Amino acid sequence: MKRFFGFVKKEFFHIFRDVRTMIILFGIPIAQLLLFGTVITNEIKDAHLAIYDQSKDEVTREITDKLLSSGYFVLNSYLDNDGDIEAIFKKGKVKEVLVFGPNFGQTLEREGKADVQIIADASDPNVGKLLASYTTGIINDYILKEMGELKMPMQITPEVRMFYNEELESVYMFVPGIMAMILMLISAMMTSISITREKELGTMEILLVSPLRPVQIILGKVAPYLILSVVNAVMILGIGHLVFGVPIHGSWVLLMAESILFILMALCLGILISAVAKNQMVAMFISLVALMLPTILLSGFMFPIENMPVPLQVLSHLMPPRWFIVILKNIMLKGTGFLFVWEETLILIIMAAVFTAIAVKKFKTRLE
Amino acid sequence: MNQNTPVITVKNLVKKFGSFTANDHLNFEVYKGEIFGFLGANGAGKTTAMRILCGLSSPTSGELTVGGFDVYRQTEQIKRNIGYMSQKFSLYEDLTIAENIRFYGGIYGIPVKQRKEKEHLLLKKLQLESERNKLIASLPLGWKQKLAFSIALLHDPKIVFLDEPTGGVDPITRRQFWDFIYEAAAEGKTIFVTTHYMDEAEYCDRVSIMVDGRIAALDTPDALKKQFNSEDMNGVFLQLARHARNGD
Repeated sequence: MKRFFGFVKKEFFHIFRDVRTMIILFGIPIAQLLLFGTVITNEIKDAHLAIYDQSKDEVTREITDKLLSSGYFVLNSYLDNDGDIEAIFKKGKVKEVLVFGPNFGQTLEREGKADVQIIADASDPNVGKLLASYTTGIINDYILKEMGELKMPMQITPEVRMFYNEELESVYMFVPGIMAMILMLISAMMTSISITREKELGTMEILLVSPLRPVQIILGKVAPYLILSVVNAVMILGIGHLVFGVPIHGSWVLLMAESILFILMALCLGILISAVAKNQMVAMFISLVALMLPTILLSGFMFPIENMPVPLQVLSHLMPPRWFIVILKNIMLKGTGFLFVWEETLILIIMAAVFTAIAVKKFKTRLE
Repeated sequence: MNQNTPVITVKNLVKKFGSFTANDHLNFEVYKGEIFGFLGANGAGKTTAMRILCGLSSPTSGELTVGGFDVYRQTEQIKRNIGYMSQKFSLYEDLTIAENIRFYGGIYGIPVKQRKEKEHLLLKKLQLESERNKLIASLPLGWKQKLAFSIALLHDPKIVFLDEPTGGVDPITRRQFWDFIYEAAAEGKTIFVTTHYMDEAEYCDRVSIMVDGRIAALDTPDALKKQFNSEDMNGVFLQLARHARNGD
């Protein structure tokens, strides 16, 4: 046991003396969290709007005022003719043009309907779609309020509530995602690199020749990263909770237990990578290409799994972070207990077991 | 030197990697306190044989004992009784001298008090007392090699395996390094050393030369020179290695 602690201590020296390692361990998680939490957001504010108003009556003015006071839009300019629409889009600043037909107010009153055209710049499709739906919503709202009671005797008003994230805060989504990504990065990549480093430097042979058992060597290499990963998990949850107000409705104990399970799974994966990779470069390459990208793209962290082509949906089942993110969201946002996440938990346990089995087999053949 | 006590015995050692035979029925003994040179071109199979003796690799067949222990069943006892230093430099560059010593003392389970005494003696001998808290990375290569050798002896092994220990070191440091080896041998330790340098082969008590996975010659340097009618070991080696299939 004493030998083992000496080994772990040495490992901590390696970590604390290497600036790059320290940056990856503590700099990147905080930077990512702050970036995702503040910069990346799905909402759009102050989009530039141009209006081509052919009737200039009371109704169009009121609608315009409503749009501009919503906070989503600022007025860029009024247009005088059709030809200007394309020209102003090409300048790049204006994201949407609103066209009111001639005699808008009159037609509306007389015929009960009038035409308004929304033209959005869809060179960024998400922004275009979002602006168009904001505008439609605001106009419908106006019509309902002003005319609805008079003209429509029966109406259904949907009352929408967004459960578990009433404000649709994107940070609620990113905290679990970043947590999965960072823990994967530290646990899998850093351990695989640190083990392959010993192989590359030749110190691994010294260790294997010593009375230390291979199991002790591997555990000694992995233990520090387990501790640091737990510290990181607490840090990410803490910042998410305290700075960005992400709720943690469920039990902290369960949350930490699941996080530790995920960390262990990732450590097993790291050991497996180190058994396959010959040197640090290969280990890093495998970790980045085979772990980080799929974690970001296929885990449902950024892009909804439901929208993926079927083969990729199937592939996403193999991504450990996918299950972990489900667990995190359940516990944090919905406050559910273990009974609701046992399937995902079981999947993570099975994955850890499989990775360990393959790693052990690989190590054995290498020693032959 | 006690010529009669074998500490390493190898009988019919065979090691195959697929269809390639790296070690083809090796037979030799190494005696206590002896400096045993293990020579051969790259790919001749010397590193493979050494790795098997250290327990880093397992033999395909053959009877082997190291320090009186069986290579198949008593690997733990063997590990406690051998020291190892490889051609790759094997200390941790980002640890200080003292930390490296502490670490190796730790993994061999040397009691703290004993380790401190040894550390003191070792640093004094190497005249590194004032440098003990410097990182290994800041030391010149020659010093690192000497330190690595001293640390490989920290747990008082009976047998020390040195895998091309002087690669890339200048001739003066090499000579000093060999003084260390003599000193260890004089204390009764057995030294098993592989090398590329033929002048170093002259320093050994006995030399075995491997060609294509077999031991082509095994005797004292003087006897070998006489046998192959050559002035130095270089001539002996060239005569043997010329017929090699796998050498480079």
